[in-house]
Amino acid sequence: MTKNLRQAYGEALVELGRDNPSIVVLEADLGKSTMSILFQNAYPERYFEMGIAEQNMASTAAGLALTGKIPFINSFAVFSTGRCYDQIRQTISIASLNVNICGSSAGLSDFGDGSTHQSVEDVALMRAIPHMTVLVPVDANETRQMVRAMASIPGPSYIRINRADLPLLTDEGEEFRLGAPRVMRQGSDAVVFANGVMVSKALEAADSLKYDGISVKVVNVSTVKPLNREAIIQLIQGCTVAVVAEEHSLIGGLGSAISEALAGMRNVALGFVGIDDLFGTSASNYEELLVYYGLTAEAIKDRVHKMVNQEAKA
Amino acid sequence: MVAQNVIDQLNERALRIREHIVYDLIGVGKVGHLGGSCSSAEIVAALYFHKMKHDPANPGMRDRDRFLLSKGHAALVQYAALAEAGYFPKEELKKVKSLGAMLQGHPDMTRTPGIEANTGSLGQGLSIAGGMALGLRIDGIASKVYVLIGDGELAEGQIWEAAMSAAYYKLDNLVAIVDRNNLQATGPICERFDTNPVSPKWAAFGWEVIEIDGHDIGAILSALEQADKIKGKPTVVIAQTVKGKCISFAEHNPAFHNGSMTPEQLEIAKADLLRLRRETV
Repeated sequence: MTKNLRQAYGEALVELGRDNPSIVVLEADLGKSTMSILFQNAYPERYFEMGIAEQNMASTAAGLALTGKIPFINSFAVFSTGRCYDQIRQTISIASLNVNICGSSAGLSDFGDGSTHQSVEDVALMRAIPHMTVLVPVDANETRQMVRAMASIPGPSYIRINRADLPLLTDEGEEFRLGAPRVMRQGSDAVVFANGVMVSKALEAADSLKYDGISVKVVNVSTVKPLNREAIIQLIQGCTVAVVAEEHSLIGGLGSAISEALAGMRNVALGFVGIDDLFGTSASNYEELLVYYGLTAEAIKDRVHKMVNQEAKA
Repeated sequence: MVAQNVIDQLNERALRIREHIVYDLIGVGKVGHLGGSCSSAEIVAALYFHKMKHDPANPGMRDRDRFLLSKGHAALVQYAALAEAGYFPKEELKKVKSLGAMLQGHPDMTRTPGIEANTGSLGQGLSIAGGMALGLRIDGIASKVYVLIGDGELAEGQIWEAAMSAAYYKLDNLVAIVDRNNLQATGPICERFDTNPVSPKWAAFGWEVIEIDGHDIGAILSALEQADKIKGKPTVVIAQTVKGKCISFAEHNPAFHNGSMTPEQLEIAKADLLRLRRETV
């Protein structure tokens, strides 16, 4: 069963707005796509169309936060992080204001629009900013939980929303816990840390590797920052191989975060599945692009396989 | 008409602000934005010591008027005014920009009482002020938001995004003041990236425009009174000023955009201020 993350995001904003009158939503002419339009329909007096002017949107949100509001700002991930990076850094983050940034149609999920609209480095940008929380939901349920959490997390937060319908991998009633990596499948030979669309790919890879006699643990690391180092180390215990899989550049994303967490650890071979320092490109569908960039269950399987064999020889 | 004694008091406040800038905040060898701080001394004095509703003992007062220094590099003028108003002890002024100081190189709301936002990345203050004005309106609070912008800063595209946005949302609780000293860091604005004509641009963007002499306290107060009466749109006050005003060697001198004084220059600055002090008393 699959569900759309953007739809879940929009519905979650409405729910949150119903419970909390401080919630305000700002949009840069993409409301029909980010689904912030659902909030506009429900609470028009707390919804602000800011035009195609993302920088002003971000700084305006800072001003609203300074009067006690809890703003959510919306655009495609490539714009909501990159176009207004300085605004997010200077005013929102230095002062640690509770401004929540939605990066919609993230990663390669806006397959047709090509490199200008596909975000391969948004997580790296946001992760580098002090005080920023970085969230990558795995499915619609987690999206909903995260939106609620963002309003109460002190300081700024970034949520990365895939454009596609993704498999439901978590339960609706399950509570999202910030910074708590979640084991999706137990295993004892290797561990795959993944987030977003790559979690389902990792589960597929784990299924397949079982037939080769390799037991793979799959962990959903939907909180990229703050990353719980102790929890990550704990999850590796007993495994000699760890692979990180993400729909993002290999530079600065989850792979980097986990390498930083594991620096100095012996007896663990670390591998990566991600985008190898490349921009996106247009394609006729999302799956085609994921294959083109090697973001597949097959790629995770191959990596784990090779590394487990190497470790066995070593 | 503004009473003469009010004007005299505010001129004295502006002088005290300049004294703090020269004696406490810059001094010999210490680098600081003397020019753009002195050009806006009267504007800042008029706001903090007459126009704005605020309480140094309660900086978070809900219905206070807000002041944002979008040209955050001129922080010295705001620090001097805040210390004079009693937001923090004047001893803090001498520690400006030192490690661990309350007073950072640019305004930092997380460290300094009375600072409303982190500003200084040019072009962003007007947007922040617009967001505040919007937030105050949602809550039905009748406070005003004042934001001081540099004329060099008008080259930033975000200023015009914010100008459109404030007019679209009819933010009549927002007043922008342009410190039009005609100089940017490297020299005359008109010879570099000319932001002229200034007033017609703001008018075309839907703002009420008032042009004044930015060193004339009476004119500043009248403009701010006039802004209170404008409904349904934001107001911009274009304040013609002199960069480095009152410090003879720094007036119209781009070298003092962000410069330090030699011992000789400090003596001249002190003499300039002493002369003004004698004229004021």
